[in-house]
Amino acid sequence: MNIADDLYKEIILDHYRSKKNRRRLDPADYHQEGVNPSCGDDIELFIKTDGGIISEVTYDGIGCSICTASANMLCEALVGNSIEFAGKVLSRFKGMLIRAEEPDFPDSAADLEAMQGLRDYPVRIKCALLAWNTLDQILNDIQSDEKPQSLVDTERPG
Amino acid sequence: MSRRTVSRTYPIDRIRTEFPILGTTMRGKPLAYLDSGATSLKPQVVVDAELHYLTRISANIHRGVYQLSEEATVRFDEARDSVRQFINAGDEGEVIFTKNATESSNIIAFGWGRKFLKTGDEIITTELEHHANLVPWQQVAAATGAKLLFVPLDPVGRVSPDAVESVVTERTRVMAVTGMSNVTGYMPPLRDIAAIARRAGAVFVVDGAQLVSHHPVDVQSLGCDFLTFSAHKMCGPTGVGALYGRRDLLEAMDPLLYGGDMIVRVGKESATFKGVPDKFESGTPNISGVIGFGAAVRYLQGIGMEAIAGHEQELLAHAVRRVGEVPGVAIYGPVTEQGVAGGVSEPGGILSFNLGDLHPHDVGAVLDGEGVAVRTGFHCAQPMMQFLGVPGTVRASFYLYNTFEEIDRLVDALNKTLEVFS
Repeated sequence: MNIADDLYKEIILDHYRSKKNRRRLDPADYHQEGVNPSCGDDIELFIKTDGGIISEVTYDGIGCSICTASANMLCEALVGNSIEFAGKVLSRFKGMLIRAEEPDFPDSAADLEAMQGLRDYPVRIKCALLAWNTLDQILNDIQSDEKPQSLVDTERPG
Repeated sequence: MSRRTVSRTYPIDRIRTEFPILGTTMRGKPLAYLDSGATSLKPQVVVDAELHYLTRISANIHRGVYQLSEEATVRFDEARDSVRQFINAGDEGEVIFTKNATESSNIIAFGWGRKFLKTGDEIITTELEHHANLVPWQQVAAATGAKLLFVPLDPVGRVSPDAVESVVTERTRVMAVTGMSNVTGYMPPLRDIAAIARRAGAVFVVDGAQLVSHHPVDVQSLGCDFLTFSAHKMCGPTGVGALYGRRDLLEAMDPLLYGGDMIVRVGKESATFKGVPDKFESGTPNISGVIGFGAAVRYLQGIGMEAIAGHEQELLAHAVRRVGEVPGVAIYGPVTEQGVAGGVSEPGGILSFNLGDLHPHDVGAVLDGEGVAVRTGFHCAQPMMQFLGVPGTVRASFYLYNTFEEIDRLVDALNKTLEVFS
C-alpha cells in the first residue's frame, strides 16, 4: 500500500477539488491565519457567528491536497452548528490523528474519518491539522472575546 | 533505457555496490534516491572509517599521551589534509572543521562581518541564496548598520558579471554568492565575480554546499576568500562541515566559541588563544565524523570530480528531456537539454519543477509511494521561490550513483501522480 491508495481516496480528493468554501468573508466576526513554515502552507479561516451558532465559515490560502481538503471538511462540518460543537469535533479530530483514538464524529463531520490513514504518514499530519489549529485559536478568541494575536504554527503545537 | 553514462569507463555498477542503502527498498519498491541535494548517501568506506575510530580508537584528540590518543590525533589531522587537498587550500590552517555549512557561514558573518563592517558598508548577495548564506548576513547587517544589496537576476535566475558590477560601489565590503543554486542547479560565474570582488576590495564568500559536492573546486584558482561546505552532501557524515578561509582573514577574526582546546594559556581573569585553525575549534569535535569526512573526500577523489560532474550532466540532460515530456510540467531555472541557455555557465545536477497546479507535497507523496525520493517545498530558499513566483517546487537532484533508470522511474511516478489527481 502507499499514500495514493491509503489516503488520496475519492472522498478526500472531492473535498480538495471543491471550491465551495474557498472564499474570503468580509466582514467576518473572526479571522485567523495559520502557517506551516516548513511547507509554506498558509490557511486563513473566516467565521461569522449568530447567537452562539457558526452561521458562515470559509477558508482561503495555499496548501497541499490534505491541507485544503481538511479545511473544506472543517467548513462543511461546522456550518450551522454551535461553538461547543466545533470544539468537540476539533478535539476528536486531533484525538484521532495525534493520540490514535478511534474516530467518533457527528454525522455532519463524518467525512473526517477518511483522514485516519494519515496516522501512517506522520509528517503529513500537520497538513491536516493546520486549519483545525487555526480554528482552535479562533475558539480561544471567542472564549476570551479577544481579537487574534499572532500566527498559528502547527509545527510548534502548544 | 540503457545505463548510458558520460563515458563507458564511468564505473556506475561498481559505485552502486559501494552504497549499501541502494540495495534496499522504500514503501516496498527499490529505492530511487533523487534527493542528494538535501543529503547524499554514504558509501561503505565512510561508514567503515567512522566505525574503525569508534570501535578501535575512541580516544580524544590533542590530549592524551597514550597510543590511542595519538592515533586519534593522527587520523583527525589526516582528514584535515584530505579536505585541504580536495579544495587545494594553501595550508591546513585554512581548513576549519565545523558542524555544517551553516555554522561555517555564521563564523564568517559574525567572526569577520560583525567585527569589520561599519554603518553604510555594503554586502552584495543574490536571491539564489540558501537561507544559510543569507540570514546570517541579514543579522550582521542589522547589527552593524551595513546594507544588503541584491544582484539583479535575469528572467531565468542567472547572474551576469555586468549585473554584479551594477551594484558594486566604493562601499562594497562583502560579496556572498552561492557556487550552485540548490533550487535550479545554476552555477554563477564565480571567477568573474571573484575578479570584480578583488577590484572592489571586497571579501568574496562562496557558499559551496552544493558546488563542492558536485564539481572540482580549487580555492586558489577560483580566487574566493571564504568557502563553506558540508560533509553530508558529499558522501560524508552529518554533523560535520568545513570552512575554508584565507589565512590572513582567519587570523584577523575572532572565534564564536571559547573554551577548551583553543587556548594557549588561561589565567583567572584572561586567556590567550591558539592560532588557526585551532582557535575556531573549541571543545571536543565530532571526531568520528571528521574521520568519515576525510574518507569521503578520498573516495570522491578516487572516482574523480570531473567524472562525477560529467555523469551528473548526462543524467540532467536525460531528466530535462524525459520530465519535460510529462504533461503540465513546468521546469524552473536556466536548464535545457543542451545545458544552460546562453552559455553563461554550466548546470549542476538539479532539476526543479512543478506538475500542473498540484502542490509539491502531493507530488512528492505519490512519488514516495513509488519508491522515488525527491525534495518538495521551498528548499530553504524563500527569496528564490518569490523570484520564481511559486510557493515551492519538486526537486530531483542527482549524484554519482544515480542512473537513467531511476529518472525513468521518476517519470513513471509523475504520470501516476497525474492519474491519481485527474
